[in-house]
Amino acid sequence: MWDYVKLIVLALIAVLAAIGANYAHDLPYMVNALVVMLAAAITFVWQLRNVGEPSHHPQNEYLDGVVRAGVIATVFWGVVGFLVGVVIAFQLAFPALNLGYMTEGILNFGRLRPLHTSAVIFAFGGNALIMSAFYVVQRTTAARLWGGNLAWFVFWGWQLMIVLAATSYVLGGTQSKEYAETVWYIDWWIVVVWLAFLAVFMGTLIKRKEPHIYVANWFYLSFIVTIAMLHVVNNMALPVSIFSSQSVQVTAGVQDAMVQWWYGHNAVGFFLTAGFLGMMYYFVPKQAEKPVFSYKLSIIHFWALIFLYIWAGPHHLHYTALPDWASTLGMVFSIILWMPSWGGMINGLMTLSGAWDKLRTDPIIRMMVVSVGFYGMSTFEGPMMSIKAVNSLSHYTDWTIGHVHSGALGWNGMITFGALYFLTPRLWNRDGLYSLKLVSWHFWLATIGIVLYASSMWVTGIMEGLMWREVDANGFLVNAFADTVAAKFPMYVVRGLGGAMFLGGALIMAYNLWMTVRAQPAKAPVNANNFVAAE
Amino acid sequence: METYSFLRELADSWALLALTLIFLAVVFWAMRPGSNAIHREAANAIFRNEKQPAGSDEDQRPVKEA
Repeated sequence: MWDYVKLIVLALIAVLAAIGANYAHDLPYMVNALVVMLAAAITFVWQLRNVGEPSHHPQNEYLDGVVRAGVIATVFWGVVGFLVGVVIAFQLAFPALNLGYMTEGILNFGRLRPLHTSAVIFAFGGNALIMSAFYVVQRTTAARLWGGNLAWFVFWGWQLMIVLAATSYVLGGTQSKEYAETVWYIDWWIVVVWLAFLAVFMGTLIKRKEPHIYVANWFYLSFIVTIAMLHVVNNMALPVSIFSSQSVQVTAGVQDAMVQWWYGHNAVGFFLTAGFLGMMYYFVPKQAEKPVFSYKLSIIHFWALIFLYIWAGPHHLHYTALPDWASTLGMVFSIILWMPSWGGMINGLMTLSGAWDKLRTDPIIRMMVVSVGFYGMSTFEGPMMSIKAVNSLSHYTDWTIGHVHSGALGWNGMITFGALYFLTPRLWNRDGLYSLKLVSWHFWLATIGIVLYASSMWVTGIMEGLMWREVDANGFLVNAFADTVAAKFPMYVVRGLGGAMFLGGALIMAYNLWMTVRAQPAKAPVNANNFVAAE
Repeated sequence: METYSFLRELADSWALLALTLIFLAVVFWAMRPGSNAIHREAANAIFRNEKQPAGSDEDQRPVKEA
């Protein structure tokens, strides 16, 4: 019965999407409608072939298939996102690479830039978070994921969102909100998938077999709940037409700017920090084979982060139409954030106390330690840049881009790589990784790449900040804007090389993980960590 | 008083005080005497139930009492 309802709904979606494509007012809408039609048709066929199949959800096994799919998706989107990043880095150095005369703007920097940010944050980071949340919540609650195949819906729904967003961006679809460029119907789809994610996670927590909820799950849960709230409020928009990707924001002017950066900064705080801290609190102790340094500190870390982060957004709007008190509030809370951030960093690093020798022998733990180190560095740099006097120099310069990337490549990237190296042999039941030497290569390529990236952006950021404010004896500005652009060229090339090294490291990782599964026999059937021998 | 001014006054007086007190209470709750054993137990949760949910063959822990 339920199977037939699903078939009818899927067929309806496919037909409606076809009608939408026919009446579309703009190209991104039409292509998105065709993608939805295709996705609904494929799901329809899959559903048709599975009608009447008994559902199989053994409660004495973990649901690991969706985690395996998440590992593959994380690596794939990571490589895609880094590649687009390298391309746009070189587009800034060599504008001819925009290829404007042959692609009609499809590969312009302006369209590839949201493709890059969304690919690395929401595709690479999002898949890493969903996949690791599903793995960690099962292991720490000692219960199978709640909701049957709902976890699979979350996985495929998220991939569909990524494909819709990517095709929309390159064809010009955007609502012009940074890190929230997706147009209104994609925003609605994100809400559906995200609520399903919340349901799976909460359901598993509720049916847990461990009395206590391990702290990593607190971070994951705060990430899921807060992102849901931020996403809904920031994307309140009225579509121009049901057949158009265009929409009008409900808020306007300075209110809209404040909402946007309340969203933007807390996307950093809860997507890129709280969620990844959940990964840190599970994978670092597991890889070190020691419990976290101080569980009390981790609880205080959590609550301090929750109480403080949400206020820090206005530091993105210093010296704008925003009221002074609001931007001062943002600055003060950003500076107070130093304490929980460093508390968390110390907690992660000190977990290795008594096991520091592992740094010599285990390149995975080295990756995780460097990642936590970058977390500490970028959470020191961020509050410093939020101070108004510093911000007057750093704002709108490449320093900001350098800061973001030391956090994203160093902290988010490295902890995800560590988690992928940790998970792959376990999920596919292999003895260990294919090659630790390749992990070392990845580690050094990525680390040197980040250092090149961050240092070149410090140089060019501070240089252009100083050039913009330089005045002569009569009070006239000395430099034209184009002078600063010309002066930045060498640093842009260095930044591109740093990015290429980081991409090279990720490709080595992809090869290593592939060979881990392909070149080694499984210790037992792949599902063996769930496998219960029939006696 | 207009809504904006009222909310602003409320935010930086009573709301700020309440949030600060809740935060301090949470910190005290984490540090409370007798929490050590619970926290040690919780911190080691990651080393249990690696391969199977609790209550199955290789389980090393009793199931939570209902």
